[in-house]
Amino acid sequence: MAGGATSYLPHLNAMAGGLFLLAAFAIVATRQMLACLRWFVAQAFLLAASASVIAIGEGSGHLAAVAVITVATKAVAMPWLLRRSVRGEIYARREISQVLNIPTSLLLAAALTLLAGALAYPVATLGTGPFVAVNLPVGLAGLFLGAYTVAVRREAVSQLLGLLAMENGAFFVAVAIASDLPFIAELTVAFDVLVVTLVIGLLTRRIHERVGGTSVGLLAALRER
Amino acid sequence: MELAAILLIPVATAGLCLALTRRAAARATVIASALVLALVALVVSRVVARGAPASLGGWLVCDSLGALILALVAFVGLTAAIFSVGYMRHHPSPGGGDRYYALYNLFLTSMLAVPLLANIALVWIAIALTTLASAFLVAYADTPEALEAAWKYVVLTTLGAVVALLGVIFLYWGVRLAGGGPFTWAGLSAAAPAMPPRVLWMGFVLVLVGFGTKAGLAPMHTWLPDAHSQAPAPICALLSGVETTTALYAVLRLFPVLKAAGEGDAQGWFLVFGLISTGVAALLLVYVRDYKRMFAFSTVEHMGIVMVAMGLGDQAYFGAAFQIAAHALAKSFCFFAAGAVVLTAGTQEIAAVRGLIRLSPATAVAFLVGALAIAGAPPFAVFLGEFTILKAGLGAAHYVAAGLLALFVVVAFCAMMRHVNGMVFGEPGRPRAVMALPATCSVALVVAVIPVVVLGIALPGGIDRLLAASAAVLGGAP
Repeated sequence: MAGGATSYLPHLNAMAGGLFLLAAFAIVATRQMLACLRWFVAQAFLLAASASVIAIGEGSGHLAAVAVITVATKAVAMPWLLRRSVRGEIYARREISQVLNIPTSLLLAAALTLLAGALAYPVATLGTGPFVAVNLPVGLAGLFLGAYTVAVRREAVSQLLGLLAMENGAFFVAVAIASDLPFIAELTVAFDVLVVTLVIGLLTRRIHERVGGTSVGLLAALRER
Repeated sequence: MELAAILLIPVATAGLCLALTRRAAARATVIASALVLALVALVVSRVVARGAPASLGGWLVCDSLGALILALVAFVGLTAAIFSVGYMRHHPSPGGGDRYYALYNLFLTSMLAVPLLANIALVWIAIALTTLASAFLVAYADTPEALEAAWKYVVLTTLGAVVALLGVIFLYWGVRLAGGGPFTWAGLSAAAPAMPPRVLWMGFVLVLVGFGTKAGLAPMHTWLPDAHSQAPAPICALLSGVETTTALYAVLRLFPVLKAAGEGDAQGWFLVFGLISTGVAALLLVYVRDYKRMFAFSTVEHMGIVMVAMGLGDQAYFGAAFQIAAHALAKSFCFFAAGAVVLTAGTQEIAAVRGLIRLSPATAVAFLVGALAIAGAPPFAVFLGEFTILKAGLGAAHYVAAGLLALFVVVAFCAMMRHVNGMVFGEPGRPRAVMALPATCSVALVVAVIPVVVLGIALPGGIDRLLAASAAVLGGAP
């Protein structure tokens, strides 16, 4: 890393990290389903970008493959699957209903990001390089913001996007701290993403057929009365 | 070789089921799961006899604790398959395509894979796949309620799985920072002393919260009673009996790792999480109105009891291992009995079922035995497990924790007995036509009750050694 030729890499990675966080906020704040999906795809590209930068920095062909897998599954296959299974949901021009309004949401999202930073700080500063120092807090924040999206959104597809955004966050951490994770694990996690999309897509379709809507946040028949 | 066959048989059967008629698929599933149980029995007896783990090329490994979980999954897999034959005949598929048995086999495979896979990243995948394979089994009834339950189940447990994924990644990082080594449970314990404690703790807490969600630990348990009450009875037996156990297994595996790292505070975490789960479940059991939800809350209670046992120290590890087995066996039997009551009474509401003993004595006896067994009445296995744990707690001078545990267990017992008493002995309403229990359901009930009774009275030598060896693994013995 000390070599002059690669000294710009941490800066590039930090930029990808900043944009990654921005995409996570955009997923929280975007009102339209299609725009939300596009932000998610953008986030996946930024994850791939960070993986590529670290791949060059560490000379790891393995991470370059991770970048390719990420783009293939999250930017190509997953949106394709989603369009196939719940086409009507994606292209509906309605606004996503959510439990809190957008400004309150963004405020809470900012608080979660600070929390992620505070939690990550003692671990990120163990002296393991500039990539970890960026990717660990940003990825953890991405995970929190994704979970927050799942919690406040009522629509089925946006809850799915929240879940997969969490997964992006987890992998944003992984490319920095577990760059040599066994390849079989990377492949099966990618497979898991697609199965999650498929199962949730099919389930959403069934719910649409049986219940007449996909505002899963309003389903509340099961509880102790 | 047997280790690979244990996973390949149900996968192949899943594919086969898609091509068969429903009747034939049911038979194929029973035969396949009997075969799997036979192979598992072979592997387990070998592990116990040798006192060393069986492994296959570094990919599959089975030590005593893994063998215990494997045996439980295979046993419940067989009884639930037998129960399915008669029970599912009365629940035709409403959603057109009939993939019940194909999904059943995939679900079983994913659970069998959890204790068998060596690499922890792959164990994570197996646990994540248990949810995805069973999602449409939970949604099987295709009612708005079943779909709601399946939705909460998939979204919340997948959310938990992603949190656990980050935890697994942190643990992997820890192994790397400690100088590398295999990313297996044994490798993790070996690397633990050299890991930066902050990395280990970050990994542990994320895995605890993530897989704790899937194991149904309070306060992340909210999806559990929904899913475990809406799924068909044999699936409930698998979900409540062993799926939660496989997720808890992954959390318990980190206990010896923390111990090896000299992080004694871990005991406190297990104790607190366990007591919260047990307490919350005991209170909710008082208010429950659906008897399948009642058994589901009892699962939350029992996951908590095992966690508490881990926190009580050296003497309680045997109790924890015993309790894991006793709960899985008794809970699957309870859900079979609950399925029999559904067939007999046609409702899941506690208040609507009255005087079961006069409607259908056999079903009533099964339900009563199941409820007594799971609530912890002697002479059943759960009683012995709880007694061992409490004794160990008092022996280790954990008076407050043991006292609270005893209180919660008694509250849960009384709450369940009040509900069950009305259902079995209450004044029956209008008499209704009662359906005879399908023969396969009766067979499954009889097979499932045997270990619940036997383990409460005597501990056969082989099982005793298996439990003692599992307890040693939990406690951090090599």
